[in-house]
Amino acid sequence: MKRYAQTFAVALLALASCAAFAGPGGIEGVEKQPVNVSAIAMFLVFVAATLGITKWAAGKTKSTADFYTAGGGITGFQNGLAIAGDYMSAATLLGLTSMVYFKGFDGFVYAVCFFIGWPVILFLIAERLRNLGRFTFADIASYRLDQNRIRTFAAIGSLTVVCFYLIVQMVGAGQLIQLLFGLEYNMAVVAVGILMMVYVTFGGMTATTWVQIIKACLLLGGGITLMLLTLSQFGFSLEALFGKAVQTHKAGAKLMLPGSLMADPISAFSLTLGLVFGTAGLPHIMMRFFTVPNAKEARKSVFYATGFIGLFFLVTIILGAGAITIVGTNPAFFEGGNVGGKLIGGGNMPVMHLAKAVGGDIFLGFLSAVAFATILAVVSGLALAGASAISHDLYARVIKKGQAKPADELRVTRIASVGLGITAIGLGIAFKDQNVLFLVALAFGVASSVNFPVLILSMYWKGLTTRGALWGGLAGLFSSVGLVVLSPAVWVKVLGNAKPIFPYDHPAIISMTLAFVITWLMSVTDKSARAANEAAAFEEQYIRAQTGLGAAGAHDH
Amino acid sequence: MSQKSIHDRIRQNPKFAELVSKRTAFAVLLTLIVLVPYYTFMFFVSMKPQVFASTLSEGGVLTIGWLIAAVLVAGGWITTGIYVNRANGEFDRLTSEILSEASK
Repeated sequence: MKRYAQTFAVALLALASCAAFAGPGGIEGVEKQPVNVSAIAMFLVFVAATLGITKWAAGKTKSTADFYTAGGGITGFQNGLAIAGDYMSAATLLGLTSMVYFKGFDGFVYAVCFFIGWPVILFLIAERLRNLGRFTFADIASYRLDQNRIRTFAAIGSLTVVCFYLIVQMVGAGQLIQLLFGLEYNMAVVAVGILMMVYVTFGGMTATTWVQIIKACLLLGGGITLMLLTLSQFGFSLEALFGKAVQTHKAGAKLMLPGSLMADPISAFSLTLGLVFGTAGLPHIMMRFFTVPNAKEARKSVFYATGFIGLFFLVTIILGAGAITIVGTNPAFFEGGNVGGKLIGGGNMPVMHLAKAVGGDIFLGFLSAVAFATILAVVSGLALAGASAISHDLYARVIKKGQAKPADELRVTRIASVGLGITAIGLGIAFKDQNVLFLVALAFGVASSVNFPVLILSMYWKGLTTRGALWGGLAGLFSSVGLVVLSPAVWVKVLGNAKPIFPYDHPAIISMTLAFVITWLMSVTDKSARAANEAAAFEEQYIRAQTGLGAAGAHDH
Repeated sequence: MSQKSIHDRIRQNPKFAELVSKRTAFAVLLTLIVLVPYYTFMFFVSMKPQVFASTLSEGGVLTIGWLIAAVLVAGGWITTGIYVNRANGEFDRLTSEILSEASK
């Protein structure tokens, strides 16, 4: 209890230090709205429920396995919902609907790109991941390679992705909440950070999973209800809905065809490589596979997750298309009542306006609360993945060489969660008013070019050596980060140069290829005795990957 | 019994080779079933968008592009169901036979 009190004290301190930054001001294109009482009330109900769950989960979180993986006792169906929850962020709901609203079919193509990695994850990765890993993806990457160097490197890869992703989510949270709830940006960021710390620190994976499950149900339920309300305005006919959209949208019939978004094939290919394989390299997603008892449940998780994600994407497409007519012709949603001008609240708002148009203020409040809950759940999953990399990989395995006392390790996880929470709040405030879209490219770039190559090669390729993994990982890290810096998103939009040095926003086509080639080259030329031992150790790993022999059990007390 | 001999027995069991080859072939086949149509779709999206222009019904507005994209999503999900169905049945049965024969 004393430890909990200390954690709260730290959290309060963070709150106080952030208050110093607080000041008026809004994001470009995002205006602070009047305080929305019904939205805040519904959100508080969600917070109360999730805090109740956290209290229950805290009672169950006794060992490190409880903390990292909920004791491996999550079912495939529950985990599927939680994975879907991790993947369906507020940005997905707002961004995809807005893309369909403005660009029509291109939005749908984008959704397909975000979706298509999931079946591949199931066929190639899911069960091996479950059979070989215990708490983190570094467990697998370093399974037969040098514990110190590869584990440290994999942990750094995880933390890099987690930090980039956290900034995106925190900035999104601040903007969205300011917009929907009428709260101050900094206050929103601090609230998200503190709630996240409470969930993760006290409830570990159990609380994080249940927050994720509840949020996934709310998001799917809210989205489907909104879709039905929208369709009812068109007599439940898709043809009528799209017919109206083509009539009212300024692009007309072009709305129904591919437009400029994917017009450059190399750019499109690089984007899809990053999305398909980056998804498989996201640490908070990979970690979910260790929460189920065995490979059978791991497979079921992906089946359910893929279904929910696909359903959600199809629903958002219909929402975006419905908004073209319902929102796009209503002067109440445009600044100054100027139809076709600037949308009130900015370009990401079509789905929120749609909620108000077909469901009134109460439904808008509900959807706003769901969006806030979504951000909260996603940052919690990220913080947990980051904390595990620090405590399990860096502290217990690398620093303590596997000799850490469980109680000490648990304490480190909690300190790490609080530290990540404070970092996230600080970064969220530091990146206020910044265009953070490039951070998504960075997160997926690093995930696809650093985490994914070492993960897939360590599982599939006997010849992978420590030297190869290290050089290939470094090549992937420097090329993905470097190319994003030279890309239009940073070089032109952030740094203000006239022309980008690297023409594509997503680096995977170069950086992922480079990572694989360098890993291969530095592995096959590695003639050291250690390399021979690493190749010899593949046999045992291979049998375990294929049969689950010796895989970490459901409970580890 | 030592780990080493369990591993040797698994390796020497013809069922292990059967499991690995069947499952690998199945996983590769399904991956191709998902990725080949997807990349073909992306190729036409960026190179020849007009192929998606024909409408689903006479005088309607919904083009085949929307149907194809929806089929890619639904189809991707169905393939996961097909894989899970066979892996959780046939492959898991083979695996448990291999494991129990090795520890005898």
